[in-house]
Amino acid sequence: MTRILDARQLTPVTKLFRLEAPLIAASARPGQFVMLRVREGGERIPITIADYDRAAGTITIVVQEAGATTRRVCALESGDSLLDVAGPLGSEIDLPPVGHICGVGGGFGSAALLCFMRERSALGDKTTTILGARTRELIILADELARVSGAVEICTDDGSAGFRGLVTGRLARLIAGEGSGRPDAVVAIGPMAMMRAVAETTRPHGIRTLVSMDPLMVDGTGMCGGCRVTVGGQARFACVDGPCFDAHEVDFDTAMRRSKAYVREEKIASDRAGCASGRSGGHASQAH
Amino acid sequence: MPVRRTDKTPMPVQGAQARAHNFLEVNDGYSIAHAAFEAERCLRCQHPVCVDGCPVHIPIRDFIHEVAAGHMAGAARILRSANPLPAICGRVCPQESQCEAECSMGGRFDPVAIGHLERYVADWERTQPLAIESAITETQKIAIIGAGPSGLVCAGELARLGYPVTIYEALHAPGGVLRYGIPEFRLPKAILDWEIDILKAKGVEIVCNVIIGKTLTLDDLTGKLGYAAVFIGTGAGLPQFLGIPGENLNGVYSANEFLTRINLMRAYDFPNTDTPVRVGKRVAVIGAGNTAMDAVRTALRMGADEAMIVYRRSDEEMSARVEEYHHAIEEGVTFHWLTSPLEVIDDGGGWAAGLRCQRMQLGEPDASGRRRPVPIPDSEFVLPVDNVVLAIGTTPNPLLTRTTSGLATTAKGCLLADDATGLTSKTMVFAGGDAVTGAATVILAAGAGKRAAHAIDAALRANGRDYSTTEASF
Ligand SMILES: Cc1cc2nc3c(=O)[nH]c(=O)nc-3n(C[C@H](O)[C@H](O)[C@H](O)COP(=O)(O)OP(=O)(O)OC[C@H]3O[C@@H](n4cnc5c(N)ncnc54)[C@H](O)[C@@H]3O)c2cc1C
Ligand SMILES: Cc1cc2nc3c(=O)[nH]c(=O)nc-3n(C[C@H](O)[C@H](O)[C@H](O)COP(=O)(O)OP(=O)(O)OC[C@H]3O[C@@H](n4cnc5c(N)ncnc54)[C@H](O)[C@@H]3O)c2cc1C
Ligand code: SF4
Ligand code: SF4
Ligand code: FES
Repeated sequence: MTRILDARQLTPVTKLFRLEAPLIAASARPGQFVMLRVREGGERIPITIADYDRAAGTITIVVQEAGATTRRVCALESGDSLLDVAGPLGSEIDLPPVGHICGVGGGFGSAALLCFMRERSALGDKTTTILGARTRELIILADELARVSGAVEICTDDGSAGFRGLVTGRLARLIAGEGSGRPDAVVAIGPMAMMRAVAETTRPHGIRTLVSMDPLMVDGTGMCGGCRVTVGGQARFACVDGPCFDAHEVDFDTAMRRSKAYVREEKIASDRAGCASGRSGGHASQAH
Repeated sequence: MPVRRTDKTPMPVQGAQARAHNFLEVNDGYSIAHAAFEAERCLRCQHPVCVDGCPVHIPIRDFIHEVAAGHMAGAARILRSANPLPAICGRVCPQESQCEAECSMGGRFDPVAIGHLERYVADWERTQPLAIESAITETQKIAIIGAGPSGLVCAGELARLGYPVTIYEALHAPGGVLRYGIPEFRLPKAILDWEIDILKAKGVEIVCNVIIGKTLTLDDLTGKLGYAAVFIGTGAGLPQFLGIPGENLNGVYSANEFLTRINLMRAYDFPNTDTPVRVGKRVAVIGAGNTAMDAVRTALRMGADEAMIVYRRSDEEMSARVEEYHHAIEEGVTFHWLTSPLEVIDDGGGWAAGLRCQRMQLGEPDASGRRRPVPIPDSEFVLPVDNVVLAIGTTPNPLLTRTTSGLATTAKGCLLADDATGLTSKTMVFAGGDAVTGAATVILAAGAGKRAAHAIDAALRANGRDYSTTEASF
């Protein structure tokens, strides 16, 4: 059992949790994730470690309602417990100091940038964070990210906050020299369509780009192969070799198709889980 | 009883029609009369050669003698003295190539049904009240990595010797392949749970959700956590893929994924449980080992109309237990021998629709001594299927070795460990089971765990003599 120390609603469909997990906090690195289970008979789902505090022995996760399990998680409050939390899994984001790093976040992906941007700023990299969402109220952790990165730029589809338009539009402007200027490396974490669009934006410029793939996972320890992603023509296990991969090498078509393998079953499970905390409005961030 | 003394007393089974659609155990187990009758068939050989065939040298003649005399408690004691997992091994050992292969009765008649008797005694034991108390007397504590059979047995043996033991398991439940791989209809989870309860009663601590190499490192265990010795029993859980086109289509699974979804995550009970699995009308399983046989029979139980084995060699080279093969035939599994998969065909929407194959014939023997399958020209054909399950082998998971310095491995990623003691290239770090041998058997894993426990005990007792200078001999 892992105790929830704090729970904070970030948007109608996303919630932040601080968990008492001293062993995980002690060894977590940016880009890694945990596998968690809410109840007996429940699914094991991967959730990124958004932040960790080694001294306090806590980790922070941000969960976005997508289906049955995430909905059950989001119904929990401070003082409740998660049945199982295992981690940290996966490899840390592997990027040598480069100069100017741009993190691009959509949906829960923005949370995943938190500890990464803090570390890169501390290492002396120039850091810019671009956050995207459909509308103002779906932007998460903008203040927290502003504290750990040199600049935060917000993009909304409807223009209700920051720039109107997609994150890729803003990224293209940076590459062209606007704002904080051309990044030397980009790390994009968010919906697959967004990550693919980022990959296409940086490709012509030869900017090193990493994306955090989120395939379906079962064990998260390299035992099932269900999380395989094709990278540079090779099958790689996202839970061990990833989840971050070179965006220009990833086969997004296959990855997107594989993540939809259980739509029918997910709907059944989701209906059963009920509207514990309000029905999810689909992906809370822009599609690309 | 309509059996002759020359024949093995048949195991009562659930009817094939019914059992092909449920997850209840296939074998019902002997009655006391069956057991007594079968035990009487044993010749009580002066030199019980059966024992040579058993990797842990159970005094087979002696326990069978106790069964014949009706002394079940005595039989159980003898069994447990040599094999800590009798209820499990009685069910899953490949007896036909081990103990029963050597049995003297086997020359002219059926060998004695050693496995069935072992199972009988162990199941009898399970109906008895057990008075187990923790007997931890030592102060030096020991860490075990992985709660598969090798780790469980090593822990049990060390606890019996008086050591405080902690098992660290990556998944949320202990058991290793016994939990996530071997299905309920062959090995009911209640039996595994019972064995684990015994371990806990002995004082063994099991900590799940801890991945050594990630949550903690091996050096943390021996360093800041102060364990005097470590046993690695992490198995060989990394699934292999064929690398053929279409392998990443939806509906294609590794056997590990397919079986884990159904056994560990209980997808058979979806939507009461949350993890789904998609089993279509026609399922092809590639391979012919125990894993393949488990996957194909599981597919039937999950509602497939047709479940088939596709194997590039012939039934002679099949490595599955003979009993499982026979059960699979009875349940209606179909077999495509000498058939090699070339490609999984897309239904146009990203799902598997067929398996393009080619026929093979057996050529010259290869390095393994088995005749090499060679393609027959112009023999390609398409099997229409909705699912393809790959059961073509597993290798040790590199998670631990990648994050631990000084742990020597073979080119295939197996840990190097001394045969007799399990000692690895690291001081006071021992290993056994599939992590050392590559995918093998439950009893070999259990035997390795037991040997290592005694080697650890010996090493700790010799501590005064500065064990750190002792080197592994390989
Ligand atoms: C490495 C990794 C890190 C992740 N980090 C986070 C995180 O920090 N916060 C967060 O909220 N979610 C994260 N996810 C996604 C999260 O695991 C899924 O949303 C979750 O498994 C869905 O489970 P469910 O039962 O609620 O919904 P389901 O009913 O299983 O799925 C509902 C919908 O979500 C999609 N979906 C299912 N599984 C995934 C998945 N693994 N990735 C993406 N979409 C999926 C399905 O296609 C479906 O449309 C991460 C995924 C991975 C692989
Ligand atoms: C489907 C299937 C059917 C089989 N049928 C038979 C049969 O009929 N008869 C037979 O004799 N054998 C059979 N086998 C083989 C047998 O199950 C294995 O040989 C045996 O389980 C090996 O035991 P082990 O203890 O070495 O490892 P495993 O059983 O693989 O257990 C290893 C454990 O270690 C854990 N682990 C791994 N890495 C870490 C880490 N870094 N930190 C913490 N924990 C970790 C794993 O999660 C797992 O629980 C079968 C195998 C399969 C897959
Ligand atoms: S443990 Fe296996 S090999 Fe040994 S006697 Fe029992 S069934 Fe036979
Ligand atoms: S070899 Fe066969 S007959 Fe002889 S003691 Fe062993 S089981 Fe009995
Ligand atoms: S989730 Fe099973 S191998 Fe990655």
